[in-house]
Amino acid sequence: MPVLETHDLKKAFFGIPAVRGVSITAEAGQILGLIGQNGAGKSTLMNMLGGVVQADSGEMHLNGKRYTPQSPADAHKSQVAFIHQELNLFTNMTIAENIFIDDFPSFGFGPFKFVDWRIVREKTRTVLNEVGLNIAPDTTVDRISPGERQLVEIARALYMNASLIIFDEPTTSLTARETDNLFALMQRLRESGKAIIYISHILRDVQTLSDSIAVMRDGQLVTQEPVESFNIQRMISLMVGRNIDNLFPARTTTPTETPLLTLEGISAAGIVENVSFTLHKNEVLGVFGLMGSGRTELARILFGLDSFERGTITVDGKQLHHASPKESIRHHIAFVTENRREEGLLMNINISDNIALASLNDFGSIPLQAIDQERLETASQHMAGVLQLRSGDIRTQTVKALSGGNQQKVVIAKWLLSNPKVFIMDEPTRGIDVGAKFEIYSIIDQLAASGSGVLFISSELEELVGMCDRIVVMSRGEIFGEFLRGDFTEEAILHAAFHQERVEVPDEKPA
Amino acid sequence: MTAQRGRFGRLRQLLLSDYFVLYLTIVMYVSAAIILPRLGRPNTLALPGNIANQFTNIWPLLAVAIGQTFVLIIGGIDLSVGATMGITSVVGGLFMAQTLDAATFDKSPLWGSLISEQGGILLTRFGSNEDAVLIGILVMLLIGLLIGFLNGVAITRFRMAPFMVTLVTLTFFSSFALWLTASRNVSGLPEDFVRLGNGDIVSVFLGPKLESQIARREILPFITYPAVISLGLAFVGQFILSRTVFGRQMMSIGTNPKTSQISGLPSARVVIMVYMFSGFCAAVASILYSARIGFGQPSLGGGNILLDIIGAAVIGGTSLFGGKGSVRGTVLGVAFFVFLANVLNAMQLSPFIIDAVKGGVILIAAFLDVTRTRLLTQEQR
Repeated sequence: MPVLETHDLKKAFFGIPAVRGVSITAEAGQILGLIGQNGAGKSTLMNMLGGVVQADSGEMHLNGKRYTPQSPADAHKSQVAFIHQELNLFTNMTIAENIFIDDFPSFGFGPFKFVDWRIVREKTRTVLNEVGLNIAPDTTVDRISPGERQLVEIARALYMNASLIIFDEPTTSLTARETDNLFALMQRLRESGKAIIYISHILRDVQTLSDSIAVMRDGQLVTQEPVESFNIQRMISLMVGRNIDNLFPARTTTPTETPLLTLEGISAAGIVENVSFTLHKNEVLGVFGLMGSGRTELARILFGLDSFERGTITVDGKQLHHASPKESIRHHIAFVTENRREEGLLMNINISDNIALASLNDFGSIPLQAIDQERLETASQHMAGVLQLRSGDIRTQTVKALSGGNQQKVVIAKWLLSNPKVFIMDEPTRGIDVGAKFEIYSIIDQLAASGSGVLFISSELEELVGMCDRIVVMSRGEIFGEFLRGDFTEEAILHAAFHQERVEVPDEKPA
Repeated sequence: MTAQRGRFGRLRQLLLSDYFVLYLTIVMYVSAAIILPRLGRPNTLALPGNIANQFTNIWPLLAVAIGQTFVLIIGGIDLSVGATMGITSVVGGLFMAQTLDAATFDKSPLWGSLISEQGGILLTRFGSNEDAVLIGILVMLLIGLLIGFLNGVAITRFRMAPFMVTLVTLTFFSSFALWLTASRNVSGLPEDFVRLGNGDIVSVFLGPKLESQIARREILPFITYPAVISLGLAFVGQFILSRTVFGRQMMSIGTNPKTSQISGLPSARVVIMVYMFSGFCAAVASILYSARIGFGQPSLGGGNILLDIIGAAVIGGTSLFGGKGSVRGTVLGVAFFVFLANVLNAMQLSPFIIDAVKGGVILIAAFLDVTRTRLLTQEQR
């Protein structure tokens, strides 16, 4: 008997169907991989399982019994556990408090109920042991790493004796080693007879880990089959609904010898150490690094957001002084941040104003700096057209209402208006579905073709190999190796990325 | 959902209307004017004199509320406006005073050196009272700008919380004003200055005078200096906010400071200038109030006026979370607050109850803000 069975589940929001009749099964002792593009209905399906939203029609059965959760608390009581992409822990509280948050063992009666801390600590220690986390139960959550926090969430699931555990993009904020640990733990959970649903965009992980794979598209289940009948290519074409022969567009130009951006010996204590490289005209230069390698920190320093102690940054022959974003923009640098919602966009503001944001001064007219609204909208509209932004009226539609890919296009459009020569792009395809990724890659190619240089920072090696003319590898704030297109081998690049870890015993726990 | 929309469609439209507060003010005032006489209360609300009087209450409050609106829009808060009004009122008075009474002011630390029986600072130190009004006003405005500058620098350069910074400047400058004058009012202001608060440019006869201890003219002011000054400030404010690069930068910083910084906006400069504008507006309000009462008063911006200022801005649709607000909304919000106080007074409630009701109204306004946002979000789907 399967642990979970859904039958013809349907859910619509404001008349727009999000899930249209999905039937999946999750067996005990098996991992079910769930894949699909953003908007395919995965989240809605999971929210129905978790009691966050209620199905319009259809049935769910958990361990043979009819399952109709009305709230997340119901799901919790029915022993369905969620390990979320964004972790749901109270960072100011201890590990033990987080695990027992809604059910403290207590003694006493009436208003005189006291938490039995001895039992709390003991039980916490037991479940922490089970997930292989050797930390005191009284440690506050803000002092442990994202990977360890995830383990605490899993420990909580174990404590409530969950029969079904749902992992939603669990590896997004983990280092490679933490990811390996997590996968090993998931295997152990499978062996102990739990049913696991594993949602991820990283298809290779899904393939290695799962026993069967369910593919969703447009709110429907395309297929659920044993893992043996899939390869990556087939997964993608099922997700997209057509065959994608190429994940990456063909590069149209090769780099010139003209340097656009030169870094010499950039150092900031504890962050980056002696980083030097040159980005040329028409070049896409990849910066590969694992989480915590200093790749994002380097980008922030380059753009003048953080300070550095030694070294020089030269843009188009001019050395940068008084680093600040404003100064960087004046030197024609653009920065697409890894976190577009918080750092790239004004989510509740219309598209047009978002696109104009970095070049507002260009639309002020002398003497009062009054905004020339018509010129602003024309320019924004033009950029939206260039990047083939799919949206409603850019003057009224807010950025929040756009898909991830189109939001990223708004960020790029904003920078294009400021006429940049150097593009720093930090994880430009994060959280974007396969089809839209291709479009972003094409834009990157066009930027390079039009004479800009693109510094393409990513933790997904595949896309760097697919798009870059050259890749430099960062590890622990230093550059460990440089690879030219043609010499790209994933093994060699990964080797360089792990360089430091093989030399010394890593200690990732904060003191 | 659609049925609900049909039934509540009108209500939604009303709630989302820019003039919601205006309708609310009119409904409140008219119904009070009709109901109160039937309850045996004296019928003052319907008198034209009363309405004209309320408008004179609107203008100074409006001036300071415009500055606060700016600060709220960039996601800050300026608690120091009241103290700014107090200190500017006092210092302006000490500069301009024609005569000063030794019995009243010999406790002041300035007595003998900067001020004396000859008069204020200008007379005592420079022996001349020419252009006293002009100099006095300039000094007051400069002090307002300076306090705003201090606030802005502390917030941007030292990254201190606006609430904390302005709470400290509030405490400091209100105490300083009391210390300077030994907590006395500075009287003997020049005639020309006082006319700024009471003088009118155009007057019309609207009805018989009110019964009152203070002598009133039978002719009621129609267009007054305070009206011109405050409305002028409002027009300038609205223009900056909705039509200029600076206004756009303010809105962006209030919406998302991180995105704004990365997009190269001069965040620190904008924040400092906005706090300076707030100080400036408080100084203008101080000029209007001081001129109206005819002396410099250290406790001018004390009491619950801060509640009125922030409340008026919030009722006018300015969000305490930043990124949203308009001067037009604040104009309506101030009018609502002044007429609300008038209605509550006419009900002959105790001042304590009046303040409690005002607080409740602000709470409702904050709730309305959330409701409106939710309705708007729904509409976008």
